Amino acid sequence: MANLVRKTQLTTGGPVFVYVDEEQDKIVRMTPIDLDDDDADSWVVEARGKSYTPPRKTTVTPVTQGFKAMIYTERRNLYPIKRVDFDPNGERNEEKRGESGYVRISWDEALDIVSSEIKRIKRDFGPGCCVIEPSSHHLWGNVGYRHSSLIRFMNAAGYTYGDHNPDSWEGWHWGATHMWGFTGRLGNPAQTDLYEDCIKNTEMIVFWSADPETNNGIYSAFESTIRRRWLYDMGVEMVWIDPFYNHSAGLYRGKWFSPQLGTDSAMALGIAHTWLTEGLYDKEYVAEKTFGFDEWVDYVLGRTDGIPKDAEWAEKESRIPAEDIRALAREWASKKTMLAAGGLGGWGGCCRSPIGMDWARLMIALITMQGMGKPGINLFSTTQGAPVDSDFYFPGYSDGGISGDCDNTFGGACFAFRMFDGVTTKSMTSNLSTGAGVHIDRMRLPECILDDKVEWWGRGFVGASQEQQFHHYEYPTPGYNRIQFLHKYGGPHIGTMGQGDRYARMYRTKRLPFVVSQSIWFEGEVPFADIILPACTNFERWDIGEWSSNSGYNPDSHNQGNHRVIVFQKKCIEPLGESKADYEIFRLICERLGTGQVFSEGKTDLDWCRQMFYASDLPKVISWEDFTEKGYYIVPVTNKAPSAPAQRWFAEGRPEDLRGWATNLPPHVKTRPDGLQTQTGKVEFVSNSLKRFGHYDTDDKERPLMPMYIPSFEGHHSERFKKYPLAVLSPHPRFSFHTMGDGKDAWMNDIKDHRVEVDGDFYWIIRINPRDARRRGIKLHSLVRTYNERGSVVFAAQLTERVPEGTCHCYESCAEYKPVGEPGKSTDLGGCINILTPSRFLSKYASGMATEHCLVEIENWKGEE
Amino acid sequence: MKQHYLVIDVNLCFDCNNCFISCKDEYVDNDWSPYTEPQPRHGHRWMNIERNERGLYPRIDVSYRPTPCMHCEDAPCQKANPEAIVRREDGIVLIDAEKARDKKSLVDSCPYGAIYWNEEYGVAQKCTMCAHLIDSGDAPGMPRCAHSCPTEAIKHYCIEPEEMEQMIKDEKLDVVMPDLNTKPHVFYKNYYLFDKAFVGGGFIKNGDCVKGVAARLVGNGVDETQVTNYFGDFKFDHLDPGEYSLYADDKLVQKVTVPEIGVTDTVAINNNSLNLGNISIDNL
Repeated sequence: MANLVRKTQLTTGGPVFVYVDEEQDKIVRMTPIDLDDDDADSWVVEARGKSYTPPRKTTVTPVTQGFKAMIYTERRNLYPIKRVDFDPNGERNEEKRGESGYVRISWDEALDIVSSEIKRIKRDFGPGCCVIEPSSHHLWGNVGYRHSSLIRFMNAAGYTYGDHNPDSWEGWHWGATHMWGFTGRLGNPAQTDLYEDCIKNTEMIVFWSADPETNNGIYSAFESTIRRRWLYDMGVEMVWIDPFYNHSAGLYRGKWFSPQLGTDSAMALGIAHTWLTEGLYDKEYVAEKTFGFDEWVDYVLGRTDGIPKDAEWAEKESRIPAEDIRALAREWASKKTMLAAGGLGGWGGCCRSPIGMDWARLMIALITMQGMGKPGINLFSTTQGAPVDSDFYFPGYSDGGISGDCDNTFGGACFAFRMFDGVTTKSMTSNLSTGAGVHIDRMRLPECILDDKVEWWGRGFVGASQEQQFHHYEYPTPGYNRIQFLHKYGGPHIGTMGQGDRYARMYRTKRLPFVVSQSIWFEGEVPFADIILPACTNFERWDIGEWSSNSGYNPDSHNQGNHRVIVFQKKCIEPLGESKADYEIFRLICERLGTGQVFSEGKTDLDWCRQMFYASDLPKVISWEDFTEKGYYIVPVTNKAPSAPAQRWFAEGRPEDLRGWATNLPPHVKTRPDGLQTQTGKVEFVSNSLKRFGHYDTDDKERPLMPMYIPSFEGHHSERFKKYPLAVLSPHPRFSFHTMGDGKDAWMNDIKDHRVEVDGDFYWIIRINPRDARRRGIKLHSLVRTYNERGSVVFAAQLTERVPEGTCHCYESCAEYKPVGEPGKSTDLGGCINILTPSRFLSKYASGMATEHCLVEIENWKGEE
Repeated sequence: MKQHYLVIDVNLCFDCNNCFISCKDEYVDNDWSPYTEPQPRHGHRWMNIERNERGLYPRIDVSYRPTPCMHCEDAPCQKANPEAIVRREDGIVLIDAEKARDKKSLVDSCPYGAIYWNEEYGVAQKCTMCAHLIDSGDAPGMPRCAHSCPTEAIKHYCIEPEEMEQMIKDEKLDVVMPDLNTKPHVFYKNYYLFDKAFVGGGFIKNGDCVKGVAARLVGNGVDETQVTNYFGDFKFDHLDPGEYSLYADDKLVQKVTVPEIGVTDTVAINNNSLNLGNISIDNL
């Protein structure tokens, strides 16, 4: 083989060295990055008589390690194609979408159809009728990311946006913000400098609905694994509360509790009850730092409803033995304990369930009772808070990149003003895509198309105040016409949204006259489009980005990594086939709309990388030439600010001293500098912001003023439980990242715990207790039909003690959708558990998703539809 | 002469599959002849990760064993096909593609199931310990599985046999199927998680978990005492099948039988470990 050239790239699962055979224009291998002696030194933490410093090497996730199989695959869209029975000037056959074949067309023909449709719709229906809707985690890079190129295009082309719900924050956003504020983090706690605090002081960690070895915080691969290993090796006690014996519990082998699905809140109340009746909580702290505590205590002790929420009561609900709940409560209170609630300092897991709002608030309640912010005691998920220098400025993907759109990205916080001078280079905004323009909630996209009228509260990611999530939205937006055109970017709805096959039904109607899918792969809902525009991967174009840095509502998330790694993402090979960079596709459409020059300013993606380099702090420390030559830069820790652990200021009654731009709220938001962003400045066990809004005592009793146990509408108290007695936990997937890595004929299909090959097809896995399986005649790798009134899906059964009887486990977010019969109305062989999860919101006024669990029945599949 | 070895810690493997996938990254679509021709896109497991679950809900553990070619000193594949197998002086065992062409029987000659058949090239294939990277020094200069492992569960060594002997002793390393006497160059740490059983449970007194009880397991050559933790829990491990007696503070709680390891057709686990549950010791 010829001499290989080493290039650098960055992905959702870590940075890589890419070894390229330039003669053959072929990627040969990609590996984690070994740092060299020229790179900045690593941090060192002294704790309990020892020094700790991370390995001089980055880590990758399996999705990244297997990226080459997603680049070179038969499932790539390599040419523009058109649905055979779609004629923009004649019969469109919308109801045939998902069944019809495709015919190859030229880029010219594809772009002509798309641009003339946009012009026609604007002319005949006015603004607001073209919607673009991206998937959540696409390809890494601040130029190519959806907040960047896509939003610049959206505004240049006159589209409106399919808003994302805060899908990983849900219970924290809709619940926790009303207890303790932090709306700038959508209710999640800051994690700054908590690792050092933890390794120095913490004696015990309760991981609750947290599986850091599976979810890697987010994006940060196995960076925090070594940090947990050090804690484990020094004897820090670890307890795991998760319906599924997750892979972190498996690695560290602590005590494991599997609450019945939808009953985590009951278990939490059982712990609180034990503390209250045995005096095992920080009374001084609670007296000083909380509001409404006594009223909540009355509820916990049963004074208001006659039901003491003691350990015996909690056992009846959760099936966790009362003696174990009491033992856990006592040990927890006797030690300096971190509560790792969710995967990243909040988020993920149980917060995405019907009880998400109460669970998130109960996590805050428990850690508040133990003195949150005191040394070693905090909400800390162990995935963030490494002691890196966060003051060195480099934007994250949420900072808007080349769009500068301050309404739909975090550009307004800082970056847009560093990136654009407004004279030689300009941000791209539009009054159509602002909060006052037209917005569609992506979870209600099918209803917006299919129903006459839809309403919801809160617009996607809104975090300036609690009140923003109370804002009422309706569709059709007053003054605007209905959607005529959906420009889909990526293809994952069916596998990722509750009752996912609603989207299949949405496509198959004349109420949606035109659909374009801009996608790398032919998968999921992509084969429902009229025109498919082939995009390339980031390995086939230029970009620039920092590892794990989303910024925005997850500020300073680069502190998940052991090093801050800023990468020049080199174009490794030419785009395969006729595929093109997303940026280039957008530019070509704009050109035909007459906005090509304002969109691109005559720049290539590489030109924008350079502009972004100069808008960051990088030029202060390295030249563009040196940076692009080496391909990455490690931010030194020499200038790191003194340690200021999150919430320590609150515990000590000082003004907030957290660093980072999103941490310090604007002066008008807080009523006192040493307080939280609530009406009282305290942790509100009875929420004033919810009281201000009302509804809690009338038409939204699912979101009470205080954190309570409200049985899951998808749980064992529901009427449906009689018919569907198995509860499936459906968390984010382990090996794939959302739909990335799955399907695509990629190597991941061969991972034993990801899919199972049966007669040449790779089936998604559902995990079931052997005793539940035996009762149903189900054996290892039996193909089983899993169903409820929403639909049915075929999986391969894995029999395992990782779930107790009555509980099953099936990761969500599969990339394949393979209906046996009529799309949207028949059994799916692809493995979309989300076809069976609810599409209803957390509560009437809390428009969050509640897809973390669902009730089903399972039987051996007989091959029927 | 220095030899190549892999040392795999079962306790540090959590089935992330980076080893399995990095192997595909290196070999699928890449022709490293004469070391080996390209690996097929699907089906081969040059690094085969086996799963072992022990215990019953909720007292369980799950372990994984990445299983490559064992690079045996007395390789059964070489005995079966002396001309087709090359055992290099540095201990790496390779299949000679030309001499092994169309010899499908090689697949069955490996008792570890580590050899796979490549239909397209008509050749048997297996882990090469990334010999082409080791020989050329190309990055990362070691087997890809070891380089991509995030927990260092897989470590590659190139050391003198005497150093390896010392490590086997110090780290209590085992091999897979020792009875075969193939002298593998792949060693396992904490292998008890795969071939031994545990007996776990918790003591309760007056309806509460009881800490500090002397839990003692006696029998079958074992006499071990543990002090229960705050959950009242004990876990005796490294056990062989046989009869045991469990005591709490010197009072007999119950007799315990650890059965032989058996694989049932419904459960993909070698499960003979026992969860005795939460046991009341009020009336002892």
